[in-house]
Amino acid sequence: MNNILDVRDLQVGYGGIQAVKGIDLCIAPGELVALIGSNGAGKTTTLKTLAGLLVPGSGQICFDGQNLHKVAAHQRVSMGIALVPEGRGVFARLSVAENLLMGAYSRCDQDEIAADLARMYVLFPRLIERKDQLAGTLSGGEQQMLAMARALMSRPRLLMLDEPSMGLAPLMVKKIFETIREVAAQGMSILLVEQNARLALQVAGRGYVMESGAVTLSGAACDLLGSDAVQRAYLGA
Amino acid sequence: MEIFLQQIINGLVQGSVYALVALGYTMVYGILGLINFAHGEVVMVGAMLALSALTALIGWDVSPLLALPLSLILAMAGCMALGYGIERVAYRPLRHAPRLAPLITAIGVSIVLQNLAMMIWGREYHAFPQLINNQPHHIGGAIINDIQIIIVIMAVMIMTGLMLVVHRTRLGRAMRAVAENQHAAQLMGVDINRVISITFMLGSALAAIAGLMVSANYGLAHYYMGFMLGLKAFTAAVLGGIGNLRGAMLGGLLLGLIESLGAGYIGDLTGGFLGSQYQDVFAFFVLIAVLVFRPSGLLGERLAERA
Ligand SMILES: Nc1ncnc2c1ncn2[C@@H]1O[C@H](COP(=O)(O)OP(=O)(O)O)[C@@H](O)[C@H]1O
Ligand SMILES: [Mg+2]
Repeated sequence: MNNILDVRDLQVGYGGIQAVKGIDLCIAPGELVALIGSNGAGKTTTLKTLAGLLVPGSGQICFDGQNLHKVAAHQRVSMGIALVPEGRGVFARLSVAENLLMGAYSRCDQDEIAADLARMYVLFPRLIERKDQLAGTLSGGEQQMLAMARALMSRPRLLMLDEPSMGLAPLMVKKIFETIREVAAQGMSILLVEQNARLALQVAGRGYVMESGAVTLSGAACDLLGSDAVQRAYLGA
Repeated sequence: MEIFLQQIINGLVQGSVYALVALGYTMVYGILGLINFAHGEVVMVGAMLALSALTALIGWDVSPLLALPLSLILAMAGCMALGYGIERVAYRPLRHAPRLAPLITAIGVSIVLQNLAMMIWGREYHAFPQLINNQPHHIGGAIINDIQIIIVIMAVMIMTGLMLVVHRTRLGRAMRAVAENQHAAQLMGVDINRVISITFMLGSALAAIAGLMVSANYGLAHYYMGFMLGLKAFTAAVLGGIGNLRGAMLGGLLLGLIESLGAGYIGDLTGGFLGSQYQDVFAFFVLIAVLVFRPSGLLGERLAERA
């Protein structure tokens, strides 16, 4: 089967500084892939580039066989790419329900949108209690749920999550990861960026390790979990 | 008491116009964080276009009841194109430039528009054709005429419509999302350039309506009219809290009232030393007072938030 995402020799920089120095990365349909690495490794830069918010210096991104060169960020959403950004990026001054509708902005199938909205409230019951509240009044964990639900409202075929556990209490982290597992079980292709390497590798099938802009290790998540290098660098063993 | 009521009426009429223009400033500020100082000139162009169209149509014996809405639509279309062009030419290329840069192009655009208008329409005052039999109505000793009634009713309808668009439609949701976080809005599939263009065009359509209203109310239009009107509407937007739509409407009405009550009583207050020709002073007094004592305006949040 063809990969849903194929990244070849991707290079991204900010001005003169190379933040991503030629990485290769692929995701098969239905796969949950973890991208781990310490702070400043270039994980966020990679995800933003895949979403189209940053323009790569060179390299190739193919989504579902299509070259994304020249495809604007907003067009990638209707192709099926969704990013839950670092720091969640919920619209604080829009209500929870309005945030979810923003997630469906690129769609015009009104009935299906309503059905998906109902599905999100089942997946995240917290959100229905708060649906008319401004998103800015939610707790960090609730905002993360909202950001994930909002991304799912676009009916993505590739869901990218940037540090969903950041700044959350352990109980909330557990909840978020349960949901990621659940969404993955329904066959969604997921690219999960995490600093919490252990947690990420426990839910993922495969993983990549990034260090200062380059992929230094990759392989099956269980192998990475067991590898000495990963243990030393990221798992505090 | 009669003066008081009369000045309240005048203030409400003028305030309605300020509110419509202030909305244009505040919508653009809300979405881009920049002050479109060329907006006042868009009002002027709207007034001039409407007046030219009206004069031509009346010359062709079109009935005033048809000529008025036709020229309004024409002026709105012209101003929407102008607003779109201003954003494309003067602001979009500078979107990531230091904040001073678009301010300077804004002033440049104003000067260009004023001079173009002067070349097209000349330096003289243009009289607004007498179309309808502008009936005066007496209430409690004060007078309000048909045109003033129409101005207030139209302003209320337009502002209600705008609030519905912004708060109840998919486009309005996208506008609010872009105003809050452009990157996140793009991740939702919003074409932010399109939303920004639409915002400029909406604001410019309101400016055209306001332009027609002022020139109908005063019976005059002039290539220089946009400058003072724009500055006052900007003051109104700051008074209400720039970036806040309700603030722009409230600020516009309040400024209209302050100005007209001020003009009505300044003679009494200064023992006849200053006359009503000093009414412009009030707007700038308000601007300075707001900037000193409450820079966020009446309904606004901290201004520094968007620095
Ligand atoms: N907006 C930016 N401008 C300049 N440099 C940046 C910017 N964002 C990130 N960087 C740099 O790029 C590198 C990678 O950052 P990032 O992708 O955020 O890493 P990670 O998400 O893995 O923590 C870092 O060295 C960071 O300092
Ligand atoms: Mg990061």
